[in-house]
Amino acid sequence: MSGQEQIRHHRKDGAEPPEETPVAPQAQTQISTEAVDSILDDIDSVLETNAEEFVRNFVQKGGQ
Amino acid sequence: MKRIFGLETEYGLAYTQGESRRVGPEEIARYLFRPVVEWGRSSNVFLPNGARLYLDVGSHPEYATAECDRLPDLLAQDAAGDQIMVELLGQAQQALTADGIDGRAHLVKNNVDSAGNSYGSHENFLIRRSMDFSHLTTVLLPFLVTRQLLVGAGAIIPAKVTTELKPADSNRANPHAPARTPQLDPGQLQFGLSARSDVMWEGVSSATTRSRPIINTRDEPHADAEKYRRLHVIVGDSSMSQTTTELKVGSAALVLDLIETGVPIEDLSLRNPIRDIRRVARDLTGRTELELSSGQTMTTLELLGIYLRRAQKLVTKGDHSLGDDATAARVIDRWQRMLTAVDTGDFALVAGEIDWVIKRQLFDRYIARGDIELSDPRIARLDFAYHDLTPQTSIFKQFEAKGAAARAVAPESVEQARHHPPATTRAHLRGQFVAGAQGAGKDYTVDWVHLRLNDQLQRAVVLKDPFSAEHEQAEKLIAGLDGEPAAFDV
Repeated sequence: MSGQEQIRHHRKDGAEPPEETPVAPQAQTQISTEAVDSILDDIDSVLETNAEEFVRNFVQKGGQ
Repeated sequence: MKRIFGLETEYGLAYTQGESRRVGPEEIARYLFRPVVEWGRSSNVFLPNGARLYLDVGSHPEYATAECDRLPDLLAQDAAGDQIMVELLGQAQQALTADGIDGRAHLVKNNVDSAGNSYGSHENFLIRRSMDFSHLTTVLLPFLVTRQLLVGAGAIIPAKVTTELKPADSNRANPHAPARTPQLDPGQLQFGLSARSDVMWEGVSSATTRSRPIINTRDEPHADAEKYRRLHVIVGDSSMSQTTTELKVGSAALVLDLIETGVPIEDLSLRNPIRDIRRVARDLTGRTELELSSGQTMTTLELLGIYLRRAQKLVTKGDHSLGDDATAARVIDRWQRMLTAVDTGDFALVAGEIDWVIKRQLFDRYIARGDIELSDPRIARLDFAYHDLTPQTSIFKQFEAKGAAARAVAPESVEQARHHPPATTRAHLRGQFVAGAQGAGKDYTVDWVHLRLNDQLQRAVVLKDPFSAEHEQAEKLIAGLDGEPAAFDV
């Protein structure tokens, strides 16, 4: 991709050191795991069958 | 204090392949807008509820709410837009099927596609021309950089920040041309607050510059330009959760109220807002130290806490623009609980109210069940499913149906807003005019400010005051239309 070249080109001026991301505090269970599981069960076959193809083709031409 | 609010939403279109040929977003958009074109003879129409429905450049279906002067009206109008789009989608699916196409079209209310194109949400706030605009943006910008901790949609983003890129690498001269997230080697991914942060390259600028600003200074007030200007905020995510939308727009409006009522606020300007918006997006704990122009440092949580306390005082005095005190109190309460939730890690405090929190729980659970990586396409697919409005495949709608996602607007209010404009703004006149002219079978031209019947030689009625639901000439024009007002029923 053409952007890749430019990225390397600009890195020398003002490169950012990699940031250390603080670790998130352990989240409590806010919505019941059963509810989430039942939703995931319903979508599971969709995720298993065509995820890659769907994602690859999810490209929009426009934008703000 | 009164203010006009508006929300514009660009929707994404996707397709699940069946046995027949592939259908792309442009073609789905044409199917989607077929009933709109039949109704209004254009793919760019104003509806009887005062809103604008149109196909944006590049076949993005877009819905812009009517002018609202109360936050609850805005939420209803926004939800009505989703509903109208879903109804159009249902019709499009039927038409596709009738044409022998067996795949499924999807309507997605999200913020980024697989190629890194960014789109989604524009928030509009009417502000007084008498305001010192530069002071306003100085106070507002640090808030907008950090607001994502309260209301981000949640996104899988590269763990490394990418501020070394120059604006020219990711942006374009035409504000309506696609904007791309720079395609770095993704490397390590992480769950972050918002994908929009990585496509922001300037704090404040006009749309004609090359880089995408957090606040766009395009000055189209759609009102008396001597009195008003329109603040165009393009940094926010589209929200699935109504309670997230309420906090997103409500908190920003309260910060504007602070500025416009002249409350003195210390200078919280960030030294490097564009670097910081990326750092904030990558920190779910709110503890990233931000460097202020004054030389002080402050965490995201501290900064949002300062704005909260100021806003709280304003709300206590009743000096706010949200429309009613109960709404304002709700916004303050959710803001407070969210900061506490982030601070303590007890996200049960905001259960079902904030998009990124709901989405993170969904992802965490999915990863735990399947032992998969964040880079797995099934995670990206799950992300799209969260934002999917397609009834058969929408995950968020299931959260709502199970009572696991809170609502901020009653279904009856959404139904009302689906057909009727807000009663207290200029949109009231526009909506009546559109319905009346449609019912009378008249040719007409309408935009945010003008109403005109094409067969009359008289000039357009000009509605320069968005706060006024009354206008003698407009009322006369509407009264002169014969026949029953027509609904937009698709």
